[in-house]
Amino acid sequence: MSTESTPALLKGAAGVDGVRTDGPAPAGPSVRGPRARSTTAYLRYAAGKLAGAAVSLFAVLVTSFFLFRLIPGDPVKQMTGGRQVSTEQIAAMRKEFGLDLPLWQQFTEYCGKALTGDFGTSYQFRAPVMDKITEALPATLLLTGTAFVIYTAIGIWLGARSAWRNGSAGDRFHTAFALTLYSVPSFWLGLLLIITLSVGIGPVPGMFPTGGMESGSGSGFAHVLDVAHHLVLPVVTLVAVEYARTLLVMRSSLLDEMGSDYLTTARAKGLRDDLVRRRHAVPNAMLPTVTLLFVNLGNTVAGAILVETVFSWPGLGGLFYQALSVPDLPLVQALFFVFAAAVILMNTLADVIYPLLDPRVGR
Amino acid sequence: MTTTTDAAPAIGPRALTWARRRHAAARFWRQYRGHRAGLAGLAVLTLIALTALAAPLLVGADSLSVTAAPGGPLEEPSAAFPLGTDQFGRSLLALLVWGTRVSLTVGLLAAFLSVAIGTLVGITAGHFKGWYGNVVMRITDWFLVMPTLVLAIALATVLSRSLWTTVLAIGVTTWPTTARLVRAQTLSVESRPYIERSKALGGGHRHIMSRHVLPNVMPLVLAQTTLVISTAILTEATLAFLGLGDPTVVSWGGLLQDAREAGAVSSGNWWYLAPPGLAIAVVALAFTLCGRTIETVLNPKLGGSR
Repeated sequence: MSTESTPALLKGAAGVDGVRTDGPAPAGPSVRGPRARSTTAYLRYAAGKLAGAAVSLFAVLVTSFFLFRLIPGDPVKQMTGGRQVSTEQIAAMRKEFGLDLPLWQQFTEYCGKALTGDFGTSYQFRAPVMDKITEALPATLLLTGTAFVIYTAIGIWLGARSAWRNGSAGDRFHTAFALTLYSVPSFWLGLLLIITLSVGIGPVPGMFPTGGMESGSGSGFAHVLDVAHHLVLPVVTLVAVEYARTLLVMRSSLLDEMGSDYLTTARAKGLRDDLVRRRHAVPNAMLPTVTLLFVNLGNTVAGAILVETVFSWPGLGGLFYQALSVPDLPLVQALFFVFAAAVILMNTLADVIYPLLDPRVGR
Repeated sequence: MTTTTDAAPAIGPRALTWARRRHAAARFWRQYRGHRAGLAGLAVLTLIALTALAAPLLVGADSLSVTAAPGGPLEEPSAAFPLGTDQFGRSLLALLVWGTRVSLTVGLLAAFLSVAIGTLVGITAGHFKGWYGNVVMRITDWFLVMPTLVLAIALATVLSRSLWTTVLAIGVTTWPTTARLVRAQTLSVESRPYIERSKALGGGHRHIMSRHVLPNVMPLVLAQTTLVISTAILTEATLAFLGLGDPTVVSWGGLLQDAREAGAVSSGNWWYLAPPGLAIAVVALAFTLCGRTIETVLNPKLGGSR
């Protein structure tokens, strides 16, 4: 499940904001050719998008610092957990975590260190936050990357087929099925999959491990197989709840192309229906979908929080959940920053790449 | 309007407006009726709303008591407890019926808050172009790229645990899409000649925004609200499942969390887990179907599903 709002999904309005307003540079008495002019216009556009992303990232950094200071309670008290500690020890701990400084000084220090990739020390693990994050990152990338490839392939394939046979029984079935899965809470689907396929119900034996990323100490190929075995259920869960978005956008952008003249031409040439779809219609309909893919990739990292929690997957999402329950301030704010940065970077990448893919835009 | 021919001079502009609105609503309903998915969604929603309203009659509030529970802990489904019991011996069917109230209330309130913020921001940003509009849309864009779930989780962590916190966390994080849609619609409405006429006749900002732009934006807002509700219900369940909801009320997400804590997963108690999630999915799907149908009726070009 994703909590991103649905309008983009439902309307297929995956246009890139601002791209169309940045038209070609005004034609002037220039010695450079039209190509050079459009390149500078593009570079200016890309630089603008990158600057915007930098501002957004900074705003996220500020938010991550101040938002979590609002959590009631003294972090040092949380850490000591009600044990008997002397005032000297408390003072030492405050000093260790920099909590004795005034807030603005903590903030400038936080920002300065964050720029060098230092997010402080985790209260809970007593280890540098950055180490914990780099430790958990591969697991998250493996899970979300695998799921992303699969749901993108399924979404585009089914979406194209649905639109091509618009209104047919197959189209209605696929749209309805995707919408149903989209409405299902991901954590619930994950729990049900664990019950049916890991624990086993009645005649169904437990076929998959219940959680974690690996179970044995196997090495080489055996280890790869082991991880793949653990990967199946989390990936199935993520794919099931996420593919609807891609399917619906692909479907509606192909529907937009359906009446186009170039398709009539292609048919008039005598091309088979299948070729008209694959060679002519789908590549054009892919353009708006590409934007969505990037946005999806960014969101899936954050969306995997629940799936990772349910399957005890040792990734960023599971780490976020652990950090929240303490609450482990440095870890929580760093992860918040990482999740938001993933989305912002992917959005910016989509904005920057889109005009290169679609020559009608921004040139 | 047909019955008013003999009383024509008595009709004020207001009555005329209302007659026109009634007419438009009737036409809308005729078109909506043609979409089977939308009708199914509406039927399900009516049923669920009735369940939520009648919950105190269907199951007494005493069946929620942990101390005076009627059954044994974690019983399998039986005649007395059609869905079994939870770890305190309470009937799961009773809890499920009761949970309807929380899910619907939070979903509706959060969606209302989100859409209200979005509409206000969208209309003002579209009306007052210039620096105000620019600044507001920058902020909106910034909120738009924030991962909604992460922000909602952060807010729910920071504030005290209550239903209002959940409503606030969802409402504050989901408004930007509405704001964008409404702003686009406002810009298109304001470019029409009758706005110019209204300005020439001395209509102020407030008059134009509330009397001309708002009624034109309302249908879009309605469709958007329906869609946001399903998102809100899913987010509410998610927050409750993560233990960030109000621990004192019974909600579907909370039931799932209870189930997980009671070890329903490892012992294979599927009857404890399945119903609350199914209920969430059904309600979210029903709202999505209604929203899509409203969108299709309002804008047939979208080519939504039939």
